[in-house]
Amino acid sequence: MSLKHFTNGLLRENPLFVMVLGCCPALAVTSSATNGLGMGLATTFVLLSSNTLVALLKNLIPDKVRIPCFIVVIATFVTITDMVMQAFTPDLYKALGIFIPLIVVNCVILGRAEAFAQKNRLLPSVLDGIGMGIGFTMALTLLGSIREILGNGSLFDIKFVAADAKTVLLFILAPGAFITFGFLIAITNILKKKFNI
Amino acid sequence: MDYINIIILAIVVNNVVLMQFLGICPFLGVSGKIATSVGMGGAVVFVMTLANLVTYLIFNFILIPLNITFMQTITFILVIASLVQIVEIILKKVSPSLYQALGIYLPLITTNCAVLGIALLASKKDLNLIMSVVYAASTAVGFTIALVLMAGIREQMQITGVPERMKGFPISLITAGLLSLAFMGFSGLVK
Repeated sequence: MSLKHFTNGLLRENPLFVMVLGCCPALAVTSSATNGLGMGLATTFVLLSSNTLVALLKNLIPDKVRIPCFIVVIATFVTITDMVMQAFTPDLYKALGIFIPLIVVNCVILGRAEAFAQKNRLLPSVLDGIGMGIGFTMALTLLGSIREILGNGSLFDIKFVAADAKTVLLFILAPGAFITFGFLIAITNILKKKFNI
Repeated sequence: MDYINIIILAIVVNNVVLMQFLGICPFLGVSGKIATSVGMGGAVVFVMTLANLVTYLIFNFILIPLNITFMQTITFILVIASLVQIVEIILKKVSPSLYQALGIYLPLITTNCAVLGIALLASKKDLNLIMSVVYAASTAVGFTIALVLMAGIREQMQITGVPERMKGFPISLITAGLLSLAFMGFSGLVK
């Protein structure tokens, strides 16, 4: 039973490819696999922490002001992430830039707090947070990998084409993000139909 | 940097949706019809300009003097969320017709990352108060242009044969990709 909460977010309800939530960071920071992974992990931390705290506080928060309360909880953890990343991973912090504070408005996090954590006990909420976070991280890393391989001829900064080889630069620029993401959702649709998930 | 530069940069060269990926959710969500996208665009212009004015004042006259700029994210999101509420209440009383036109789009704007994103970006740039407001207003105009363009294309797309699995999000995203490619043509416009 509990395991289902965890696996839900990985594939069947993948936040990015199935529910299409949190598209802004997904498109903006996935110009390389490393950036996608970093953004995914930062989001996972915030998602896990906010799910945990919301599940613990759900009886204390009045129903009418729950959304502002959730936002304050989320914004607190985002500020922590922001400061930790600035101190320990300065390169990644620079690459992700404004999209770290913007985790606050990532619909995945508020969505899970509202739809899951406030209605469930602690353990399911934690599992749901981890599952959704890993699902989101996998999706961002996949998107980043495809764009990096096609656009730069490398993966996780390891180059496997000649230094002067011509790559499809379009894929690491803005249009490539939209097009790759569009095709990945289409592929998800085909797979869902084929395996009847 | 003069004002014309800021305006052209914000509207076409660094278009907020197609180049900076802010506000993708409303861009994909409410771009089905031209009429609704104009309504959403109007609401965004209104709120983004006002939000930027307020966050500029708070950042420069409260957060910096008190040396608590790390509270930026929390204060900005709370200010924007309550601002949207206040605007909604005031509009309802003062101008019911405008409320009718923009009303349903206002609550959606709280979760529009473009509003928070532009407030954060503007605070990182070295802009004075008027420049900051002009920057926010022209960014919002750029958002509206992208939204209306997209809605126009999607209205046409409804009568064309899109493959079954490409319907909905996939074809919209690929269309947005092509639009973004077109907007890249503006990149040399301003130095």
